[in-house]
Amino acid sequence: MITISNIHKRFHDLHVLKGISLTVEKGKVVVIIGPSGSGKTTLLRCLNALEIPTEGSVQIGDVQLDFSRKVAKSDIPKLRKQTGMVFQSYNLFPHMTALQNVMEGPVTVKGEKPETARGKAAQLLSKVGLADKLDHYPAQLSGGQQQRVGIARALAMDPKVMLFDEPTSALDPELVGEVLKVMKELAVEGMTMVVVTHEMAFAREVADEVIFMDQGVIVERGAPEQLFASPKEERTRQFLQHLKK
Amino acid sequence: MQMFLSNLFGNPERFDRWVEIAQSSFWPLLKGALTYSLSLSLISFAIGLVIAILTALARISGNKVLVGVARTYVSIIRGTPLLVQLFIIFFGLPSIGVTIDSFPSAVIGFSLNVGAYASEVVRAAILSIPKGQWEAGYSLGMTYRQALVRIILPQAARVSVPPLSNSYISLVKDTSLAAAILVPEMFRKAQEIAAATYEPLLVYSEAALIYWLICLVLSAIQDRIEHRLDRYVA
Repeated sequence: MITISNIHKRFHDLHVLKGISLTVEKGKVVVIIGPSGSGKTTLLRCLNALEIPTEGSVQIGDVQLDFSRKVAKSDIPKLRKQTGMVFQSYNLFPHMTALQNVMEGPVTVKGEKPETARGKAAQLLSKVGLADKLDHYPAQLSGGQQQRVGIARALAMDPKVMLFDEPTSALDPELVGEVLKVMKELAVEGMTMVVVTHEMAFAREVADEVIFMDQGVIVERGAPEQLFASPKEERTRQFLQHLKK
Repeated sequence: MQMFLSNLFGNPERFDRWVEIAQSSFWPLLKGALTYSLSLSLISFAIGLVIAILTALARISGNKVLVGVARTYVSIIRGTPLLVQLFIIFFGLPSIGVTIDSFPSAVIGFSLNVGAYASEVVRAAILSIPKGQWEAGYSLGMTYRQALVRIILPQAARVSVPPLSNSYISLVKDTSLAAAILVPEMFRKAQEIAAATYEPLLVYSEAALIYWLICLVLSAIQDRIEHRLDRYVA
């Protein structure tokens, strides 16, 4: 479903990603962990070209972009339509209600009729447990509720892949559970997911594969039980040790 | 002060005359305000806003040519008096064969003026919207234009309403400068009536009062717009 090969990202002198290659099969959940500054968020943002890789290629579904050559501006939205993105700080549209937020993509980007989109949006919002909040503006919702609207908004585009960028890091601890619950349900339904998170319990329980990144490279990858219980690399061990404290 | 009071009240004849002039000039003045001052300001503001948005987008485009053109335009308009701009358009251009009537000349001058000043407001408003809003739009597959129109400008509009309302109120008052290029708006009417009656204090004060009343109404409208746009802020 996702194939990236030899992705490099440089910000001026800073070499953030140093040749990352990765394949994610359909229906799999991949969790990326690592210290801050390891490049995990940048890698995720390269998957939908919110960051343009300096080098390398990204293929999602049947759309492939090779960033080693000049990529046509009009090709970038094609890649993005394959993916749904959930942001750390939700980034809901504050001037629209929950329902309008979820309808916005289908209506503006896909050209769906508002009547059609409305029904689907309401369904998605009730799926994430917000059937009673359709007409609330983001400012009237808690962080956990906002993030669930964010998930529904991304799902409304029928993405092939869902990308989660630290979706629970901005939440009060007691609100984390409701967001993770929705993500688990998605995983069970067979959604292909790439998740950057610090929630190790979620990684252990839901991930098919855990990737540990540090300093712009993939240090180690493996099934969660293997990686958490018996990491092969010293650097992984240090990081996991650090988390337990 | 004493002299002023005795001039006015010590002379019942003059007082009666004032009341009479005030009454007979009120409708012509108000008519000049409603038909010319307001329409001139509304048309110019509408065109000016379009220019302002385009200029602001050029300024933030990162394209060197566009940025240069936009900056030069804003610099020239902000660096020269409005009255001089109006004179160049109305009295100057005919000498190179471009003759424009007084009302359209005024519309051109005021639109260019609003465009330059308001572009700074619009630019600041667009830049004040967090980057995450653009990214959220892009991540749904939106193009630059879709993200701009659907996500960014509606939020920027909320931020710009107070400063743009100020610009509009200033513009309404600035339309009095159009009198100098012969537009028959309220101040031109006031000049004519004052010249005919030899009562400049009365007539100009009356004009001032009408400007003030118009601005009071506009401020009330501004409050309503802001209130309406505040809906989504809890």
